[in-house]
Amino acid sequence: MEYLIIIISAVFVNNIVLAQFLGICPFLGVSNKVSTATGMSAAVVFVITLSTLVTYLIDHYILASLDITFMRTIVFILVIAALVQMVEIILKKISPSLYQALGIFLPLITTNCTVLGVAISVVTKEFTFGGEAHLLNLGETVVYAASSALGFGVAMVLFAGIREQLDLVSVPKAFKGTPIALVTAGILAMAFMGFSGLV
Amino acid sequence: MPKESTLRSMVLCLSLVCLVCSALLGGVYVMTKGKIDQEQIKKTNNAIALVTPEFDNAPSSEKMTVEIDGKEVAVYPARKDGQAVGYAVESFTSKGFSGTINIMVGFDMDGNIVGTSVISHAETPGLGAKMTEPAFYSQFVGKNPASFRLSVAKDGGDVDAITASTITSRAYCDAVDRAWRVFQKIMDNNSK
Amino acid sequence: MSKLRIIANGIIKDNPTFILVLGMCPTIGTTTSAINGMGMGLATTFVLILSNVFISLLAKMIPDKVRIPAYIVIIASFVTVLELLMQAYVPDLYAALGLFIPLIVVNCIILGRAEAFANKNTPLDSACDGIGIGLGFTLALTVIGMVRELLGNLSFFGMKLAEGGDGMLAFVLAPGGFIVLGYLMVVFRKLTQKKA
Repeated sequence: MEYLIIIISAVFVNNIVLAQFLGICPFLGVSNKVSTATGMSAAVVFVITLSTLVTYLIDHYILASLDITFMRTIVFILVIAALVQMVEIILKKISPSLYQALGIFLPLITTNCTVLGVAISVVTKEFTFGGEAHLLNLGETVVYAASSALGFGVAMVLFAGIREQLDLVSVPKAFKGTPIALVTAGILAMAFMGFSGLV
Repeated sequence: MPKESTLRSMVLCLSLVCLVCSALLGGVYVMTKGKIDQEQIKKTNNAIALVTPEFDNAPSSEKMTVEIDGKEVAVYPARKDGQAVGYAVESFTSKGFSGTINIMVGFDMDGNIVGTSVISHAETPGLGAKMTEPAFYSQFVGKNPASFRLSVAKDGGDVDAITASTITSRAYCDAVDRAWRVFQKIMDNNSK
Repeated sequence: MSKLRIIANGIIKDNPTFILVLGMCPTIGTTTSAINGMGMGLATTFVLILSNVFISLLAKMIPDKVRIPAYIVIIASFVTVLELLMQAYVPDLYAALGLFIPLIVVNCIILGRAEAFANKNTPLDSACDGIGIGLGFTLALTVIGMVRELLGNLSFFGMKLAEGGDGMLAFVLAPGGFIVLGYLMVVFRKLTQKKA
């Protein structure tokens, strides 16, 4: 039951892009087509879940026990960068077709701030999922990471769908490109605000 | 160092960069550690001064802990001319909208709330974060929880909730109520 | 190119927010008030100047293939230094900006400038570029923060303008961030087009 609350909360109520403002660069950058948006989202789900799991373990068993948590930022970003490289190499070897689909997005993910953002928030922030505020345990961490990434995917694909339509209408010249995309994103965020209070 | 990317130069270069950077970080950490702790103490002291009657001792050096709801809560006694004039209770609530809220609540010896001051929180700016504005927290000043019901009007209490932030308002009441129970515990112990 | 020209370029022609559209997350995430926006801008400027200078100094020594990881380590170190300094000297601002301070590491402006400018230019020019781009970013964030604070909270740099009013809450929350940024971008484009 609690896992269900985490999923709803992370995907809809506290959507990582539309309510927490993370990953806006890829949200605006690679959302021109639904197909690329889907590919990017799949790659993000994969990387976020894996990297959050690894960084959580590192934080608990290495950084916290040595009392050097101030090194978090630097250690996490290195782990993420290395992990993305490894995933790329492994994927190339074992599943060329998957690599074909996700490959071009992988290098972009290192600087996608959702990855570092989720990794840092699960070890520093307290979450309130219906009950008492607490730091997440391992199981909750994995579920939270995966559903945050899923939330990224949902926002991304919805937004790409809207933008494909937007290409067909005439927009005032000054609004062309990013400005109109931002205003659209604002309206989408407003729609997602309707979910607040669900959890 | 050569610019070509041989394995040796790559490993050497990366390890060197990492080494220098870690040394730099360690140095800055040691340098700022004292100041960060000091800043924390200053914050606590400021909060104590805001919520207690005038005192002439150093409450933070007389810190004691009281157990409540399975957790330890810090209490700072305020004295004037050696006489206790009030207590500042560093209360908390885990019912906030996002994460724990820490609130310093001060009482005089009759149990009237002298003031409340938020120490740390992660509530939404513009919504729950409004609890740090006088419009909300001033309603607790001078009230005695013995007669003042510490819950929001919606739940039958005497507290006016922040517009659109009932969860935060409830959490605030929860923290103040916890402080009140701690205060009662202290008074019980004193009279024994 | 003169030093002044580099700085001016960073503020207007290559404005990181309105023209290059980089570093969008902190732009929207931290501009709930003018002060927060300005604080975030200055924090980023601090890291940007230092990383630009050091990367331009070291660029010749770092083998090409491990360039990016080395840059990331350098940037992450300066960000951590900044984190510690902010905790020590401006703890309230640090608490308000929260997660977005460590996330300066993945702000594409910083790595972007390292790749596009610092590793090809002299340390002095790179410092100027850092100052220019940093100021452009700070300026943009402050203006966005100002507009959102004014509309959403009826206050100006923390000073309440109208008593009792609540403002339009949506502007402080997520949707307002996107919409204000969109409209300001249009205004900025119009203004700079006329100048040219």
